[in-house]
Amino acid sequence: MIQTIAFYLFAVMVIASAALTITARNPVHSVLWLILAFFNAAGLMLLVGAEFIAMLLVIVYVGAVAVLFLFVVMMLDIDFAELRAGLSRYLPFGVAIAAALLAEIVIAAGVWEAGPVQLAGRTAVTPSPDQVPNIEALGTLLYTRYLFVFEGAGLVLLVAMIGAIVLTHRARGGVRRQNIMRQSMRRAEDATRMTNPTVGQGVEL
Amino acid sequence: MSYIDSFALSLPEIILSFGAIVLMLAAAWMGDKASKAISWVSVLLLAGAGLALLGPAGSGGLGYDGLYVADPFAAFAKLLIYVGAAVAILVAPGFFNRDGEMRAEYPVLILLSAVGMGTMVSAVDLLTLYVGLELQSLAAYVLASFLRRDDRSAEAGLKYFVLGALASGILLYGISLLYGFSGTTSFVGVAAAMKASMGSGLLFGLVFVLAGLAFKISAVPFHMWTPDVYEGAPTPVTAFFASAPKVAAMALTVRVAIEAMGPATGEWRQIIIFCALASTILGAVGAIGQTNIKRLLAYSSINNVGFALFGLVAGTAYGASAVMTYMTVYIVMTLGSLICVLQMRTADGTPTEQIAALSGLSRTRPALAAAFAIFMFSLAGIPPLFGFWPKFMVFDALVRVDMWPLAMIGIATSVIGAFYYLKIVKTIYFDEPAGVLAPSRSMIEGVLIALAALFVSPLGYLMIGPLGRITQTAANALF
Repeated sequence: MIQTIAFYLFAVMVIASAALTITARNPVHSVLWLILAFFNAAGLMLLVGAEFIAMLLVIVYVGAVAVLFLFVVMMLDIDFAELRAGLSRYLPFGVAIAAALLAEIVIAAGVWEAGPVQLAGRTAVTPSPDQVPNIEALGTLLYTRYLFVFEGAGLVLLVAMIGAIVLTHRARGGVRRQNIMRQSMRRAEDATRMTNPTVGQGVEL
Repeated sequence: MSYIDSFALSLPEIILSFGAIVLMLAAAWMGDKASKAISWVSVLLLAGAGLALLGPAGSGGLGYDGLYVADPFAAFAKLLIYVGAAVAILVAPGFFNRDGEMRAEYPVLILLSAVGMGTMVSAVDLLTLYVGLELQSLAAYVLASFLRRDDRSAEAGLKYFVLGALASGILLYGISLLYGFSGTTSFVGVAAAMKASMGSGLLFGLVFVLAGLAFKISAVPFHMWTPDVYEGAPTPVTAFFASAPKVAAMALTVRVAIEAMGPATGEWRQIIIFCALASTILGAVGAIGQTNIKRLLAYSSINNVGFALFGLVAGTAYGASAVMTYMTVYIVMTLGSLICVLQMRTADGTPTEQIAALSGLSRTRPALAAAFAIFMFSLAGIPPLFGFWPKFMVFDALVRVDMWPLAMIGIATSVIGAFYYLKIVKTIYFDEPAGVLAPSRSMIEGVLIALAALFVSPLGYLMIGPLGRITQTAANALF
């Protein structure tokens, strides 16, 4: 019972916050809604007994979103004075959302205690979660049964790297680069000269 | 099945991915000076991967615990893909060198894209399908904006990326629905679930997956990106887009429709009929007002995809073999015409894409004019040329399952389409010369045009026997 309630709670919150992500006029608000969506998706994962993926979702995505947040702040022209102006007006709303999040975490913990939901008609290849720990099961599957798609995903990331370099890298002319090899090959005799100038004659440079 | 056996099945992909990684390192150390050598090595790698198809990779069956299949259908599609990719690599240096934009990453990206396409056509699991599709698309987005100093190229890349990401999202949503309601990602499992009971969840999954795939083959109503991307992308990249990824996506669509959704033929047939009709009609009508030859060829490709889908509508082994025959002849025609477009340079060497620039070409460059005319007649499907045969085959497949009204509409749109192909021939042969195109500088382009023209000329009919047998074997692997 608690699982059904939790499922609908998380699912509705994911959809609602995703909708608000794309409709919010302020990009900073969008990012915050996105974080809420990720937290709720993590709750759904917790519901099916995939704790590891739930934690991954929170750590990786919320971490990534923090970086995204920085980009938003850096690249867009946002008037922060105007943003702060409404603090007192929006404070109750913000507190309400924080309370909702807290309540969700409590519910998620309760649900997790109650055990995972049995997905209908699942003929999954994963071993039962109560026999093998999550991470171990994932690792075993990734490197054996799903080896081909795992390597394929690796190639996708390689293409993304090559693409980023192809589209943005520019070789600049006239730049003096540090050449560590040349620096360490250089000997003192080549670079310095011992002279013994006579008094009153000046030095030859 | 041990891993060694599975590796042997996916040998073409392994050759190409290792080759691409080594060439990437070579490019990093030697710089863009080596791009010509890297291009040639890439073509050799593609040839090697093609040769590997003769071994277990050609017909070895399932591998990787049912994620991957090496059957004659996949092998034939891969052969076409490698040909398309090799041509796109061969014609690139001549085009990019002029702007000093030839970089060693170009052949590497095409190789990685070929790995993705090989994975797509060998996929018998929704996971493999998605990874292959993403690998191919991601490389394609970068290739579309390869000329980064050119605004149109950047625009094409951005448009392709945004719309492609949307299509991937739709596809992924469909996949998740199919998985959720069938409990498995394998094609066989999904088909079994559909056979047991075709609920609305599976139906929604089917619709979304087909919508995502329709985007990749640029069938109407998911075709909007095609004219802009084909026009903006550098011409060798356009040649690549119009050939290899089209074949891969089409083969994938056929396999998904037949292997994963076979029991729901009645459901997907309606969707495919709509896509096929809308594509042929829009492709024929939309091209009429175009003044840019690459845009015109984009509409032509939408039109041709519609005809190829008619073969799938039939839903029989003969229909599937008609699709593969169609794609074979189509990529030769389209590669030929796009290499002809590469030849269109004004006297000072600037590439031009205006159809008006072709005026009176028959008097200034008779050989190029003849090749252009052959490709245009063939694309129009006029009988003495080989382009007629695959059109005949798809309509024959329709008539065999008593769908002759569809065949008649198809023939009517084919006649409408003939108008704009013939208009180009008229511009070439009967208009006053508008200016002189620069003479060809590339030996390779000339040879490739000659080969393609020979293939679609009436001599191509000698190929009907062997091509028919190969495509029949390929199609039988699906049923």
